[in-house]
Amino acid sequence: MRQDALKSGDVRAPMLRRPFFWIIAAVIAAFGLAPAVDNDVELRESLLLAAVYITLASNLNLMLGYTGYINFGSIVFFGLGGYICVFLMSAHDWPLAGAVLAAGAAVSLFALLFGLGILRLRGAYFALATIGINEAVKAFVSNFEPWGGSSGLYLPTEIFMPLGGPMQALWIIYFLMVGVMGLSLYLSYGIKTSKFGLGLMAIGQNEDAAAMLGVRTPLYKALAYSVSAFLPALAGGLYFFKGAFIQPVDAFDLGLSTEAMVIVMLGGQGTITGPTVGAYLYEELRGRLLTSETFSNFQLVISGALLLVIVLFLPGGLMGWIYGRWPRLKRVLE
Amino acid sequence: MFGIVASIVDGVLIGSVYGLAAMGLTLIWGVMDVVNLTHGAAIVAGMFALYFLTSAAGLAPYAALAPILVGGFLVGMLLYWIAVHRMIGRPPLMSLLSTFSVNLVLIGLGTAAWGTVLFNVPVTLPGVSWHGYTFPGTHLLAAALTAAMAGLLYLFLYHTRLGKAVRAVADNREAAELAGIPTTRMLSLAFGLGVALASVAGMLIATLFPFTVLAGDAYQLKSFVVTVLGGLGNPAGALLGGIALGLIEGLAAPFMPVSWTLVIEFVLFIAVLIVFPGGIFALRRS
Repeated sequence: MRQDALKSGDVRAPMLRRPFFWIIAAVIAAFGLAPAVDNDVELRESLLLAAVYITLASNLNLMLGYTGYINFGSIVFFGLGGYICVFLMSAHDWPLAGAVLAAGAAVSLFALLFGLGILRLRGAYFALATIGINEAVKAFVSNFEPWGGSSGLYLPTEIFMPLGGPMQALWIIYFLMVGVMGLSLYLSYGIKTSKFGLGLMAIGQNEDAAAMLGVRTPLYKALAYSVSAFLPALAGGLYFFKGAFIQPVDAFDLGLSTEAMVIVMLGGQGTITGPTVGAYLYEELRGRLLTSETFSNFQLVISGALLLVIVLFLPGGLMGWIYGRWPRLKRVLE
Repeated sequence: MFGIVASIVDGVLIGSVYGLAAMGLTLIWGVMDVVNLTHGAAIVAGMFALYFLTSAAGLAPYAALAPILVGGFLVGMLLYWIAVHRMIGRPPLMSLLSTFSVNLVLIGLGTAAWGTVLFNVPVTLPGVSWHGYTFPGTHLLAAALTAAMAGLLYLFLYHTRLGKAVRAVADNREAAELAGIPTTRMLSLAFGLGVALASVAGMLIATLFPFTVLAGDAYQLKSFVVTVLGGLGNPAGALLGGIALGLIEGLAAPFMPVSWTLVIEFVLFIAVLIVFPGGIFALRRS
């Protein structure tokens, strides 16, 4: 799968003339229009969650799929982004746009510095460090009084007034979230077809060989880590602004990291279509399981079993299977 | 002053048990380069095994050690065949994901069966008094049993044919195979041993503190910290790392709330990982 970027013929065609560019645009438009047409709030909430999943999974895929590095703590970006945004809005009266963008920039910078710190670590050591960073940040925030410690931060309901009241604000947040999702997809696509992406995939296949051929592997890894932090931080800011409440247990929930990994593996690591389709399928499956009396207790068991089956028997995920059956699709889908 | 010394001594006693858990993790890493993410579930399994062996089967708490050791070993061998065997020789990503997913299944089943309520195994042992401070008997006995287990592991690895075969596989799997060692069997044996050590450590922890089904994550993280302090793949280093962690916890306890020690531990974990990727107590392995 990772060779696809090299093989597909349209890599050098201008962006606007590539079919995949328009496929992404169509997905974004579908997300934007579907609930808006007949004001379907229930559909909007379910698609909002799907957009969050797609954002998290696509950005996790930059590490997991492209460079082959597991980031167990990808949720730390989401949670920190949420905290910074809520804090700036509640304590310093920042407007939403400013707070969300500042959160994204701050979290990316944090990820870059941390990434440069752990750039020497490879393989399992890196994976352990990412578990450590999530727990360290969670433990720190739980004790950090300016951010409300373990009881968290609240936003007053008047916070939605500048957006035209709570009802309208929810729609605005939804469209912004779909925007973040769209940016995630274009980011994944842009990186995959760039020289930077080529370097990342080279690291994923053979890090020593990549380094020998002149890929600055530590810098590339740190950059990928930092880039994969930006959009999840924006999503976190929007998500927790929507709830008007944030606490460490929700913000740094390793369960959400897990779900993002299941989604990437389910759809197919290293592809762009895979995590998107995987996120949608997973969201549907989850919705069905949660409403069923018997299965709602077994959500973890089912995620785990699903992941195990994929890892053992179908490491390429859904897209790997599809490419195996219809190889010509590789020319259109990424 | 005595208060601080007593707190440190107590921290070291508890820390040695963390070291025992980490020995299980690091043994598996050393032999097959797999980070066993079912480690936390194995620790919790040991805790619940103790709970049910004492409450339902009516065993004395420390008599449960032998069945837990054997049971952990057998379950570990089974886990090897389910989740790890197909991953040997593949990128570390795959074994991390496969053990991670088994962990999810086990913790999910545990949560469905017992919820997340607190369990407690009452153990009464007379403590030892020293300058007005009493060290609980459970802490002393847990440390003593840890020392005994570590000694047995050492004897096994260095003074039995089977143990030497396991170390040979750890050093060079292909050469071991050529020398006629059934490497796959050695791998599953080592995985079983690692899980057995983790579940015995879990059992000992359950004699010290109350626990929930979800306790595994926290202790698994402690094992990571300990392993990284001691150097991945180094059982003796793991024991020292556990003692060092206990020392830090004991030293910090009189001065700050317990929740801050977590922050210190994880910051230390990441700092050590960055500065000494080989571990602070990176002794020679063979």
